[in-house]
Amino acid sequence: MSLPFYVSPEQVMQDKAEYARKGIGRGKSIVTVEYDTGILLMAENPSASLSKIGEIYDRIAFAGVGKFSEFDQLRKLGVRYADVKGYSYSREDVRGKALANAYSQAIGDAFTRELKPLEVEIIVAEVGDPRLAGHEKNAIYRVQFDGSISDHQGYCVIGGASESLQAHLQSSYRPEMPLGDCARLGRQALARATNGEAKIPLQNLEVCVLERQRPGRKFRRLSADELRGILDA
Amino acid sequence: MRLFGEYQGSSFTELLASTRSLALPVAPQSTATGAPPGAIDARLSIPHGTTVLGLKFAGGVVMAGDRLATEGYRVASRDIQKVFATDDHSLMAIAGAAGPAIEMARLLRVELEHYEKIEGEPLEVEGKANKLSQMIRQNLPAAMQGLVVVPIFAGYDKRRMVGRVWKFDVTGGRYEETEFETTGSGGLYAKESLKKSWRPDASREDAMRFALEALMAAADEDRGTGGVDTVRGIYPNIFVCDAGGIDETPAERVAELHRELVAARQRR
Repeated sequence: MSLPFYVSPEQVMQDKAEYARKGIGRGKSIVTVEYDTGILLMAENPSASLSKIGEIYDRIAFAGVGKFSEFDQLRKLGVRYADVKGYSYSREDVRGKALANAYSQAIGDAFTRELKPLEVEIIVAEVGDPRLAGHEKNAIYRVQFDGSISDHQGYCVIGGASESLQAHLQSSYRPEMPLGDCARLGRQALARATNGEAKIPLQNLEVCVLERQRPGRKFRRLSADELRGILDA
Repeated sequence: MRLFGEYQGSSFTELLASTRSLALPVAPQSTATGAPPGAIDARLSIPHGTTVLGLKFAGGVVMAGDRLATEGYRVASRDIQKVFATDDHSLMAIAGAAGPAIEMARLLRVELEHYEKIEGEPLEVEGKANKLSQMIRQNLPAAMQGLVVVPIFAGYDKRRMVGRVWKFDVTGGRYEETEFETTGSGGLYAKESLKKSWRPDASREDAMRFALEALMAAADEDRGTGGVDTVRGIYPNIFVCDAGGIDETPAERVAELHRELVAARQRR
């Protein structure tokens, strides 16, 4: 008869965290930067069809790093959550804070209950609308693999080399920059993560924006041509 | 990892049904006393929508509707909207009981947006029309009790680069029209007008003119259809859908078209 051996809960959590960190660390990073009239989300992504950034609702976007199947599932859950809420109440009742909290609960729950934690890190970005009193401000939330949640102002990075990228943004970011400057800053930051590569080719960049001035659905995916125009401007 | 039960598909209606949300429109059940079908109490007086139409032109489709809603012999609203953009390239015009019809348009809009976000690309125009036909079929029990919803659906087909128009019956039957379609209490008069004016090579401007003319003809003959209200400045809604997306014609432009049509008639 074999005795069940004892593993301390501390050790279990540590192992899970290490496992998740490893999975996320292998992936590429995503930067989110506020510009003067919106929020920019930029990912290094060689695939044109498997997106890391997606639309959740009128003013809310999602970005995820780590295991594709897991964060894409989270994205879909977010769309379901937002659409049901918006249809049951009103479109303005769908808020980034509530969604980020729901994500934090779900991811945290999976971390404690499941044997294998989710190897993901996500961003929920919400652009403010100057026409709605009380909803004017941008909000960026980051939710980590264990469900811990934080809110960020100006910029936020998730993924592999997030610490060094965060440091780069901290030194170069200025509030109220135009879109072109932010896009160049984001591209520079992402290039720091890839060893030695001076500039990331345009076709390897996935770029989406939440544009404050757009009526209704403010999320837009930029085409390579549009991005070229913005970077060169 | 649960935010929303077990549902994994791309349909918003099915998602809502799986959550058993009270927000999902459901057909009213007949009463325990066994009220027969068609026995919605006339005293309930539900607002009814009236003349709407959709017609093709070279490169797209125009959809228009009057603005009057009635409860029996009374005016319920003078400026109700009966034509709705359901996404960037499709339109729905409603006739019948206003409450369920407007709700159906709202649900279709969310359904199409939901599919697009989940799948990463929008439905084809035929898929959208099919989805609407399923919703109408769901409404059949309510239709049997008098809450009939019979919309017209129109959209721009990006693959074939043409405008397309569908009509429906209460059972969800879906029929594509080759030229135009009208419905509502004044639909017959509008159809007679379009029969005389419509041409396959009509331009966008022509199509808008034909639509307004048809609505004026319907308002002339049908008490349930609202005409142009120059006193309050209420004009029919005219929407154009083509490769570039959807354009709602501003009221000033409709007023201008109206003045031209009236002037032409006075010269006769």
